[in-house]
Amino acid sequence: MASSTTMEFEKPIAELERQIDELKKTAGKRQLSVSDEIAPLERKLDALRAEVYKNLTPLQRVQVARNNKRPFTLDYIQLAFTDFIELHGDRLYAEDAAIVGGWARLDGETVMVIGHQRGRDTKENLKRNFGMPHPEGYRKALRLMKLAEKFHVPVLTFIDTPGAWAGLGAEERGQSEAIARNLFEMSRLEVPIIATVIGEGGSGGALALGVADRVLMLENAVYSVITVEGCAAILWKDGKSPEMKERAASALRITAQDLLELGVIDEIIPEPVGGAHSNREAAAQAVHEALVRTLDDLRRYKPDKLVRRRREKYLAMGQFAE
Amino acid sequence: MAWFRKERKPRQPRREKLEIPADAWEKCEACGHTDLREKFVRNLNVCPQCDYHRRIRAADYVNILIDENSWEELDVDLKSVDPLGFPEYPQRLKKAIANAGDGDAIMSVAGTLGGMPVSLGVMDFAFMGGSMGSVVGEKIARLGQRSLERKYPLVIVCASGGARMQEGVLSLMQMAKTSALLAQLAERRVPYVSILTNPTTGGVSASFAMLGDAILAEPGAVIGFAGPRVIKQTIGQDLPEGFQTAEFLLDRGMLDAVVHRRDLKSTVGQLLRHMSGQPAASGWTSP
Repeated sequence: MASSTTMEFEKPIAELERQIDELKKTAGKRQLSVSDEIAPLERKLDALRAEVYKNLTPLQRVQVARNNKRPFTLDYIQLAFTDFIELHGDRLYAEDAAIVGGWARLDGETVMVIGHQRGRDTKENLKRNFGMPHPEGYRKALRLMKLAEKFHVPVLTFIDTPGAWAGLGAEERGQSEAIARNLFEMSRLEVPIIATVIGEGGSGGALALGVADRVLMLENAVYSVITVEGCAAILWKDGKSPEMKERAASALRITAQDLLELGVIDEIIPEPVGGAHSNREAAAQAVHEALVRTLDDLRRYKPDKLVRRRREKYLAMGQFAE
Repeated sequence: MAWFRKERKPRQPRREKLEIPADAWEKCEACGHTDLREKFVRNLNVCPQCDYHRRIRAADYVNILIDENSWEELDVDLKSVDPLGFPEYPQRLKKAIANAGDGDAIMSVAGTLGGMPVSLGVMDFAFMGGSMGSVVGEKIARLGQRSLERKYPLVIVCASGGARMQEGVLSLMQMAKTSALLAQLAERRVPYVSILTNPTTGGVSASFAMLGDAILAEPGAVIGFAGPRVIKQTIGQDLPEGFQTAEFLLDRGMLDAVVHRRDLKSTVGQLLRHMSGQPAASGWTSP
């Protein structure tokens, strides 16, 4: 699950960052100018980040996608949207804070934003259930989508979840039905839908916000039918060792590049050097640009054509021989 | 006292000892009741003692639900490929075909049910745990398309552990694909009945299984999003007795009815007649 400790492959980056910080501190204390010394170090830091991130393995991308320094849905809402007002509750059972949603403006135009919301610390994660929704979360999401449809407003979703919650209450209240209903309704919603995978796209719990006209994916996000741990545990009876997890991560083809090649997503949103967490503003800027452009493109379709194209897209998914 | 001593003649067996080969017997997995396989089969593989519904094959459900000699199998030529180059998937497929036949995890059938033309899909747990890959998704989509064009009701018997991991995110997309097709069916008011058998979990339960205009389940079937083992792992405690069974789901409002295997055909028929505006089957008279 989410980790706040420095990822192993980022340690050289962290070390260099520490050196620069220290230099700045000492300089501040003694009122010295060290910009001449710092500039090359910062250049080195950029180069190091670029180098490390150019060569990430699929398992390392899983770690980046899950990292809790990474921007979450509410960060993107704050950085890429204006005039946000959050709406709560499914009107049936409860409010589920693992999914957030509400009206917002993208470039001044009203949209409905809905996304999984993880927590940065333990306290927030208890509230957000690590971004793993109960049925009421999905039903709230559906309520907001129908609300958007009613007022002819596009729906923008953000996907960032290890998966739908697997617990007693979730099962009792129909987790399966809630997810299935969203897939069903999203396939025929008469407004544009854009889904953006910003972190981990965990199976059915992710797809329940992911049936869309266009699916975008951040460069280091992952999207999979099962966690790498679960896959390794089933296939090789070992969901813990890094070697087996790496094997599963490669086999499952879960990176943005893989999904683009498989035709499941439409576009990869590049992240700033060193990942979205190294520069949240730049990441949000890239997301903003992609959403505005994609939405502009979708606005030319009338509702019935939009729905027809969306359906055709999903009906064509899959590979088989005949 | 000699009259007491009756001469003992060796008793002749009244008939030849019935030679029943040892493998003709079967034991109920639930209650341990032992009976002739023949008897289990005649009882639709429901235990005569405890009513436990044993797992049966796709073709068995076709025989149970579809009128005799009325059906043909559809889309038999659809075959799974290995789109990701997933380790050992081709070998696993080969093994599954050898063990369970080459229809993949679902059998598609065109036939009549109580005289009504229907499209029927029956999942086969024996084929890789009934897992849904591209072929299962496509076969359901084509069945649905057939129903859409002819306005024939769609019936699907579910039995699945979930999505087929070996096809990665493409198998996940089959959830969206089948649900999108069902939305079209709903808009055209073509009835869809979903029958859940043991087990129906994961990606299948979170898509077409739970989208029926009527949702029926066989007694005792385990139905859920996450499998019992996963939940146990997540919450770190044992599950309550009967959790995730068909009866439990009925009680929580997630199903329309729990139906005994022998009543499946008449129940589905009755539902479809109601939903497609047809008169009641013969034998039904007003009170």
